[in-house]
Amino acid sequence: MNTIDVTDQDFQEKVLNSDKPVIVDFWAEWCGPCRMLSPILEEMATEHADKITVAKLNVDDNPQAASNYGITSIPAVMVFQGGEKVATSIGAKPKQVLETEFAEYLK
Amino acid sequence: MTEAPESTDVVRDVVIIGSGPAGYTAAIYAARANLNPLVVAGSVTAGGELMNTTDVENFPGFPEGILGPELMGHLERQATRFGAEVQYEDVVAVDLKASPKVITLGNGSEYRTHAVVLSTGSAYRELGVEGEKRFSGHGVSWCATCDGFFFRDQNIAVVGGGDSAMEEALFLTKFASKVTVIHRRDDLRASKTMAERALAHEKIEFIWDTEVTGLDGEEKLKTLHLRNLKSGEESTLDVTGLFVAIGSDPRTDLVKDQVELNADGTVRIDHPSTRTSLPGVFAAGDVTDPTYRQAITAAGSGCIAAQDVEHYLADVKELVTAAV
Repeated sequence: MNTIDVTDQDFQEKVLNSDKPVIVDFWAEWCGPCRMLSPILEEMATEHADKITVAKLNVDDNPQAASNYGITSIPAVMVFQGGEKVATSIGAKPKQVLETEFAEYLK
Repeated sequence: MTEAPESTDVVRDVVIIGSGPAGYTAAIYAARANLNPLVVAGSVTAGGELMNTTDVENFPGFPEGILGPELMGHLERQATRFGAEVQYEDVVAVDLKASPKVITLGNGSEYRTHAVVLSTGSAYRELGVEGEKRFSGHGVSWCATCDGFFFRDQNIAVVGGGDSAMEEALFLTKFASKVTVIHRRDDLRASKTMAERALAHEKIEFIWDTEVTGLDGEEKLKTLHLRNLKSGEESTLDVTGLFVAIGSDPRTDLVKDQVELNADGTVRIDHPSTRTSLPGVFAAGDVTDPTYRQAITAAGSGCIAAQDVEHYLADVKELVTAAV
């Protein structure tokens, strides 16, 4: 596992205070598309380990973060850099599409 | 990383466009017939409509039900196990009248092929109003089962009057404090059972003869602009979520100028075969079917398409051999 789990409690520390950009995957057990996206993000975490961190946040257990970022649809993938949300991608997408959308954080 | 565009002189036996139950079933049969099918699965629509569902309880062979995305994963693995090749790209252009036919993908790759199976399915109809794109994923949704959870104790709306609109409205009552159904007419198209259930539900209210004309809000959806179609009267409704369930249209943009369509927009096929108006072009699944639209019927027609392709190729190759 090259991804980390984050919670409402450690979101500040692990995501907002991170030196590297963090890709956060907002997911839930009951969300079918989330299951398809999960292995794609695992791969991205491995391949781009030197550039980014991939973090998973379960929205059932951590309603605060999901609400703070106005999430009404999952899977939702957000990129955080320097404590700010800098990019968002909604829905399950193939790896190359995500890599294109997030290209500037993977360079 | 995107791979370099591929262009070869190799002519494939069959390219299958679409990766729902019809496309993958065609791929399984074509692969087992040694036709080395290429499935162009789509970049964000790979797996088709079932990717947005949760439990599929009516697909034969799964007595406990199966998650839609899991079912699609199975179908894909079954196809690749027999040698089908899958590309997660979108088709951007086709020349179905050329010989061989030419399929161009979003990454620039071009494939030449004797036969094509069109299994592009259908796409949810959009409202076509201002703000719809902007609020998509920020209040506007096409999938109650995916997104209902985020509207706990909130005021939300559903647009539509058919079975799927009633299903969404009823499902959303589990979460929302109030669900307002907005419908263009003064009665429901939905089946009697569904309509009665929705009409009787204490959390569901109806606004009749009314259409949504615009969406407003800052980061998230906040207000719907409405117009009564009989009186012309305009009004607003504050909701945090809007679920759009006004039907779907067959995805034929790529091919509508090349193959014949039916009046309802589906691709015309020569029942009970899957032959379209062009030789070597076959169509299966929801893109041909305005009526049944089930995973199992799509899979069935995908199976027929693969067999039609096989017979077509046999005839083509026989002609070539005869000519030599």
